[in-house]
Amino acid sequence: MMLVVPSLIITLMYFMFQHVPSRPGAPSGFNNACLILLGVFPLLVMFLITSITMQRERASGTLERILTTPLRRLDLLAAYGTAFSIAATAQATLACIVSFWLLGFDTAGSPVWVFVIAIANAVLGVGLGLLCSAFARTEFQAVQFMPLVIAPQLLLAGIIVPRAVMPEWLQWISNVMPASYALEALQQVGAHTQLTEIAIRDIVVVISCAIIALCLAAGTLRRRTP
Amino acid sequence: MMTSSSGELLRRGVQPVISVDHLRVIRNKRPAIHDLSVQIARGTITGLLGPSGCGKTTLMRSIVGTQIITSGGVTVLGQPAGSAHLRRRVGYMPQDPTIYDDLRIVDNVRYFASLYGMDASAANAAIDAVGLQDHRSAYSANLSGGQRTRVSLACAMVCRPEVLILDEPTVGLDPVLRADLWQQFDALARAGTTLLVSSHVMDEADHCGDLLLMREGHLVAHTTPSQLREDTGCRSLEDAFLSIIRRSTERIAG
Repeated sequence: MMLVVPSLIITLMYFMFQHVPSRPGAPSGFNNACLILLGVFPLLVMFLITSITMQRERASGTLERILTTPLRRLDLLAAYGTAFSIAATAQATLACIVSFWLLGFDTAGSPVWVFVIAIANAVLGVGLGLLCSAFARTEFQAVQFMPLVIAPQLLLAGIIVPRAVMPEWLQWISNVMPASYALEALQQVGAHTQLTEIAIRDIVVVISCAIIALCLAAGTLRRRTP
Repeated sequence: MMTSSSGELLRRGVQPVISVDHLRVIRNKRPAIHDLSVQIARGTITGLLGPSGCGKTTLMRSIVGTQIITSGGVTVLGQPAGSAHLRRRVGYMPQDPTIYDDLRIVDNVRYFASLYGMDASAANAAIDAVGLQDHRSAYSANLSGGQRTRVSLACAMVCRPEVLILDEPTVGLDPVLRADLWQQFDALARAGTTLLVSSHVMDEADHCGDLLLMREGHLVAHTTPSQLREDTGCRSLEDAFLSIIRRSTERIAG
């Protein structure tokens, strides 16, 4: 389901935009939407899945139990990160194939960079999911972190209103959110044939945020609890 | 069949495997364990008995190293409880069967085996030891309570530890299976494993070399089954235990 659903939704968007007229010389509405979706789905889906899975481990007691074994905490996080990143890679591969080959999605830059940014977003989603799972006591709460943590980031990143047009205080907040950089990187790849410095900077920022989230998540895995 | 008691062994100069020293634990702002000290020798089976909420699980978690301790110390195999070196040498079975519901029995035990660095044959041996070889491919969500307890026990035993801390391992099991498991615990103890087993079923106390009776966070008695029978003059250990509890209640009241 996780593998196929994003591709299905992108296909749905294609049909939604089919009769929408686009200005000559400007990318079609579908192109813009698809670019954003390819970057947003990995972040969203991985965040949800990771936070719920980790929260189940905490609630069921299996996390405490496996921390009594020789397993190191960084090993546990690396395992989660790797497993979910592989799943995200499969999902992004399918979504990119469907978009670029079947639906006529096009970018000025190479599709490879779209793929790389999608994977970086997935790793960011895993890191944030692992971190947020520490603050949820039940799966019900874990699910609610999605509208709390991810939705504002995406809105402020410039999906609906471009960042330059937002009030200054919102721009400041948007500057510290990793999703803003992820989306900016995607837009750079969409608009320029060569990989720009801004895009490279943005990818590095996203991956750094993912690593910071994972390190903070390591701090929430405690062997001794009250 | 009774194994030697810790008291005898420690008098002979054997080093204690578990040494609890003036342990105090406060949970939810209330004291869960008051100033508890006990020493347990190698190769003994110690039964931890007491009413619900008396602190058995808290004591076991302190020995395993997952409990935040207010004061005092716990030393296992010469090292502070919870140190990294001990994790392969101390096996722990929590009170609730903490296993993965989405996995099959064999996958659960193999997962824990790999966490300890053991291979699939150790996992198979553990599954056979708890009598679940016919159900290896069953999904854990579909198991009965007793079967889940056995899977959890297999996950604790898979690393063949020197110390086994088992929190109510025989709950929900029929008498035949219980007798079988106690035979295995006896065999493990004879081979040198130290076991700390908590239980509500007083008859099982006969299998233990030592009994720790707890009540409301205090260690009420540290005795052996025969000594307990002598002191209270009761034939059945259940009556003996109730008698001790009543005595301690009277002491507190008057």
